[in-house]
Amino acid sequence: MSAIVEIRGVEKRFGAIRALGPVNLSLQPGERLGLIGPNGSGKTTLINCLSGLFAANAGTIVFEGRDITQEPAHVRARMGIARSFQIPRPFTGMSVIENLLVPMDYLPIEAGAREGRAMEILSSVGLAGRRDAPAEALSQLELRKLELARALVIEPKVLVADEAMAGLSEGEINDVLALLMRLNERGVAIIMIEHIMHAVMRFSQRVVCLETGRIIAEGLPQAVAQDKHVQKVYFGERAGR
Amino acid sequence: MVFLDLALNALASGIALGCIYALVALGLAITFGLLHIPNVAHPALVIAGAYAVVLANMRGIDPILAALVLTLPFYAVGLAFYEFYARAFERRGRGNTLQSLTLFFGVSLIVEIALVVAFGTDLRSVSVPYVGRSFELGLIVLPYRFLVPALLAPAVILGLWLYMTRTHSGLAMRAVAHDERALSISGHDPVAIKRHAFGLATALAVLAGAALVIVGPVDPFAGRVHLGRVFAVVVLAGLGSIPGTLAAAIIIGVAEAFVTAFLSPSWAPGVAFAILLGTLALRPNGIFGTAR
Amino acid sequence: MSWRNFLLVALLVAAAGMVLPRVLENPYYFFAGYVVLQYVVIATGWNILGGYAGYTNFGTSAFFGAGVYTAAFLIKAFEAPLLVQVLAAAGIGMLLGLVTGYLTLRIQGVYFAIATVALVVVLETVVHNSDYLGGASGLTTIAPPAPAWFAGPTQYVFCVMLVLALVAVGIARAIEHSWVGRSLRAIRASEPAAEACGVPTLRMKLAACAISGGVIAMAGAPYPYYASHVDPLSAFSLTIGLNALAMPLIGGTRSWIGPVLGAVLLASVQQITTVTISSEFNILAVGLMLIAFVVLAPEGILGLVAELRERVGRRRATT
Repeated sequence: MSAIVEIRGVEKRFGAIRALGPVNLSLQPGERLGLIGPNGSGKTTLINCLSGLFAANAGTIVFEGRDITQEPAHVRARMGIARSFQIPRPFTGMSVIENLLVPMDYLPIEAGAREGRAMEILSSVGLAGRRDAPAEALSQLELRKLELARALVIEPKVLVADEAMAGLSEGEINDVLALLMRLNERGVAIIMIEHIMHAVMRFSQRVVCLETGRIIAEGLPQAVAQDKHVQKVYFGERAGR
Repeated sequence: MVFLDLALNALASGIALGCIYALVALGLAITFGLLHIPNVAHPALVIAGAYAVVLANMRGIDPILAALVLTLPFYAVGLAFYEFYARAFERRGRGNTLQSLTLFFGVSLIVEIALVVAFGTDLRSVSVPYVGRSFELGLIVLPYRFLVPALLAPAVILGLWLYMTRTHSGLAMRAVAHDERALSISGHDPVAIKRHAFGLATALAVLAGAALVIVGPVDPFAGRVHLGRVFAVVVLAGLGSIPGTLAAAIIIGVAEAFVTAFLSPSWAPGVAFAILLGTLALRPNGIFGTAR
Repeated sequence: MSWRNFLLVALLVAAAGMVLPRVLENPYYFFAGYVVLQYVVIATGWNILGGYAGYTNFGTSAFFGAGVYTAAFLIKAFEAPLLVQVLAAAGIGMLLGLVTGYLTLRIQGVYFAIATVALVVVLETVVHNSDYLGGASGLTTIAPPAPAWFAGPTQYVFCVMLVLALVAVGIARAIEHSWVGRSLRAIRASEPAAEACGVPTLRMKLAACAISGGVIAMAGAPYPYYASHVDPLSAFSLTIGLNALAMPLIGGTRSWIGPVLGAVLLASVQQITTVTISSEFNILAVGLMLIAFVVLAPEGILGLVAELRERVGRRRATT
């Protein structure tokens, strides 16, 4: 099977500092990939390059066989690369359902079918009861769910969940994990960036560990977790706290 | 020969002018460049400083000496001002640009009107022994009322730069611009540092005010012409760069002086802004700033 | 309010405006009323970019002044009718908005705000140095006479401004209730999130900037007719920039009615106070009001009303 996302030699610099790269990474359709690494290791930078929020300084990004390196973020979103943000970014000043209507405005969905479609998604993440609540009134868990719901509207082929479980309780983490699993069963490839180790390890089929902008380990969750280098930079840091 | 004469004098007065602009822009380089607070009230505070210097001068005190002493009360005003700003916005976590810009806009109007009420709209100036005399070197003739305040600028900037790079609190101030969280982890109170920085910027306003009022008389609304220009300087310099501020201000000063000498004084006000618009379009990180 | 009701109210207001000159004798009311309506247009135009999309324009007077001078130029060069002046001014305003937006909207909002300050001075300097447009001393504009139906030129230009105000509010309302408004609100809330949702943020911002600029410039077009004289100082006046920002902020920026409310309130107060007290205190009052609202009621009068309603509702629910 050919890869759905192909990242080749991607680099990102901020002034004199190289925050990322060169990174080579590919993602298979329907794959569950875990992306780990200490704070500042370049995980979010990589995701920003993939989703188009940052323009990569070097390298190419191929999506479904098409070079999308020069495409702006909104075009990539419409092609099927969705993401949630580390810090939830709800559209304040709007109701929950209106939040979902924003991406729908750019999709070929008939006007009459929009509300139904939005409600379907809200139900699937368990936010149906909050449909008319202002975005400002949501709890942390609800914000995370809204973040995912909004990403689902575009019917993504790839979904990047950037720390979608940070700050949630154990039960809530299971909720979100189950949600992501259901999505994956429908064929959506998922990249999960997460600090909550047991969640990533449980969820992922393959894990990639970044450190100072480079991939230092890649493979099955168990293998990566046991990698000496990974343990030093990642778990070492955790244990040191 | 006339051309050379004109060009040399334009260059000299442009550099002097630029130094003075740098002094006016310095406070903003700190508040906007480092703290990211768009303090559009700064030029109005500079003019308030100028009036304070005028008051002292009426009692026979030298304007620069007066300004140096006045930095202390102005520093205190700056602290209080920041406290008000922080209470109104930052601590409630809703300091969006529009609202803080509007707040400072309102403050600047109030400062101006307060000056009108206290002093009227007439022009005010200071008397110093060197006004009316000029420094001459070959073809260059530069009035002392330009030269003296212009020399104040490099001195103040050098002092500030040393403070920012050599002292603990100066370094902390630069760090707060980069990463507030890291700073608070390392045991500093970012709010206290910002308050101090704001106080410092306000203290610099009175020095700039002294420079302006030595150059020429001021009225309560004199800050307005400087507003766009100082923003131009700060953006051109690259946010937060102190030496860059001097260089950018001199570029604008020289450009204005050349336009005045060779085109017409009426085109001069547009120069800084045209440079600003050009910078924003081509190099939004400024000439001396690094890319973010 | 549904579209039907909105159109009904708009028609009623227009009709009342047309009849008013027949009832009221004193032209001063129309002279003052013109200014209030002019600010309704300006504040409404400003709010399309500043309120919906959250990009502060400090250089409203650049767009207004561009409109004023476009009209003045057309009068001098071709003795063009008022309608042509208005349309041309709107076109120039849109173009100006597009260019400014293209130069600065790719970077953060603060820079856009600063660039708009710069724009005012650049345009003012250009006009200052243009002999054809009268330079610093200005230009006397003798406009073609008003249609005979109107009692006088002031009444005529008042009615024109009333129509412009209704058009401007109609445009703002249409944007607000459409997908365009929704995208702009998304941009205001979070640009990266909007972009990730497929919103072409730069294009939407440019559109908002152009429409906003066009509406504001349109407000300047009848000014040469109204004042019979234009000069850089009044066309590019700081007061216009200040009011354009203060009015939506005081009224509330989230809905079209906010700027209208703010403009009618503030401009009326100003029209009364300039007659009774000095212009300095006028500015002081605006400054204080601005600070008070921004600190205490950042959502403006609309926000206060909504809060009040909620409180009343809650009290009812508990009793």
